[in-house]
Amino acid sequence: MMVEMLWKLVEITIIIALLIPIAAMLVWVERRVIGIWQDRCGPNRVGPFGVLQSLADLLKILGKEDWIPPFSDRLVFVLAPVIGAMCVLMSFAVVPFSPSIGVSDLNIGLLFFLAMASLAVYSVVLAGWASNSKYALLGGMRAAAQTVSYEVFMGLSVMGVVLLTGSFNLREIVLAQADGWLIQSQFIGFFIFLVAGIAESHRLPFDLPEAETELTAGFHTEYSGLKFALFFLGEYLGVTLISAMSVVLFFGGWLMPEPLASWLSPLLWFIIKIIFFVLFFILLRTSLPRPRFDQLLKFGWVVMLPLALLNLLVTALLRLTGVL
Amino acid sequence: MLANFASIDSLFYLAGLVAVIASLKVVTGNNTVHALLYLVVSLLAVAVCFYLMGAPFAAGLEVIVYAGAILVLFVFAVLMFGLGADETANAPQNKNVANMFGAMFLAFALLIEIVIIINNADLQQNLQANVIDSKAVGIMLYGPYLLAVEIASFLLLAGLLAGYHYAKPDVTRGPL
Repeated sequence: MMVEMLWKLVEITIIIALLIPIAAMLVWVERRVIGIWQDRCGPNRVGPFGVLQSLADLLKILGKEDWIPPFSDRLVFVLAPVIGAMCVLMSFAVVPFSPSIGVSDLNIGLLFFLAMASLAVYSVVLAGWASNSKYALLGGMRAAAQTVSYEVFMGLSVMGVVLLTGSFNLREIVLAQADGWLIQSQFIGFFIFLVAGIAESHRLPFDLPEAETELTAGFHTEYSGLKFALFFLGEYLGVTLISAMSVVLFFGGWLMPEPLASWLSPLLWFIIKIIFFVLFFILLRTSLPRPRFDQLLKFGWVVMLPLALLNLLVTALLRLTGVL
Repeated sequence: MLANFASIDSLFYLAGLVAVIASLKVVTGNNTVHALLYLVVSLLAVAVCFYLMGAPFAAGLEVIVYAGAILVLFVFAVLMFGLGADETANAPQNKNVANMFGAMFLAFALLIEIVIIINNADLQQNLQANVIDSKAVGIMLYGPYLLAVEIASFLLLAGLLAGYHYAKPDVTRGPL
């Protein structure tokens, strides 16, 4: 009993100790890859190919003054970035990384992920409010409206997966895809989940809460030093999380078709799939312009919500008639 | 999991204590946003209580619906109207004794009820023995309680229509 608990603690520590450097490395990967796609070098000075750029950034950020504005609400101001990073890290608790690795086989794993995604919005909203500045407040309000709207059909889009696999348990959802990944039948659900996921992690093109051109830096205008770094960490962890969830729900998790499956270990296949989606996120950022805020909300409610409902209805119909 | 009842019990009471303290802070604080935050903490603690009582589905929905959606709207409203500072100055100054103690009386009645429930050993066993998963909830909702679900959905539809009606721009005066 005691040994089991200790082993679990070690597993949790290892996963967190790997996730945070990975998220930090993503900053370098993103800048470097965007540079290559835009036909320039990107950061290539620190270490071989610039891989140590994130380390340099971290040292720089540690050296910055950690300033709390005197006009802010101190408690909430400090709490906001912590809530953000914590909610995303908590979500990783239910992600099954490989047949043997994974913190918890919670029987409501998918609901837990949705719950943590909906709690993460407090980070942005409270940061906007506590900063007591106009730009931050506007960013916070945009974040609240955007996240509440897109959360609705994020939940609806994954219900098709639950319908077909008959489980909220993420490990069982992966195992149910042994005969074929769910993307075959749930491609509309996947598309909706991906769009909602980008909006939830407020990445470009849906980064309206922090749109630089109009809001300076949006909700984190007043943040500096380590607290700013925590927001950054939360964002990149969020990208990794949405990629991991897309892989688990629609692309078979660690499973691969047979000739490929024996080449690499399941964990490596899982990581390769995640890297693919992370690169896709970065490609989106380089290629799409930012919509106007009213266009964003209208697109959500008028296009995505009916599409999500239709997807659920058709999936249920096909399931009932035995086609799927 | 069921082998160590003692620790589950203590976790339950710990979560309950958190919920009670957070709820007290909600009604005693002066800062609107801090009060809302305490309300979120209280709801999360109640979700933990649900989970420990063997209703993980209810716990998940408690977090998603209450803490994740409804209270975000509350916070949104607070941001919109620029509340947050001390609001007690605007509160009605109520001197009526009956108004002050009426609510206390109701809460006291609820307290007695809860004490009776907790003292009832049979009920306790039922509470701890049944683990209700999402499948069981679904079967109940679309089986014996189908009528209630449909009535609730009609009520929501009516609310949606009313909301649409109020939010519709006034066509006679044009936009703005």
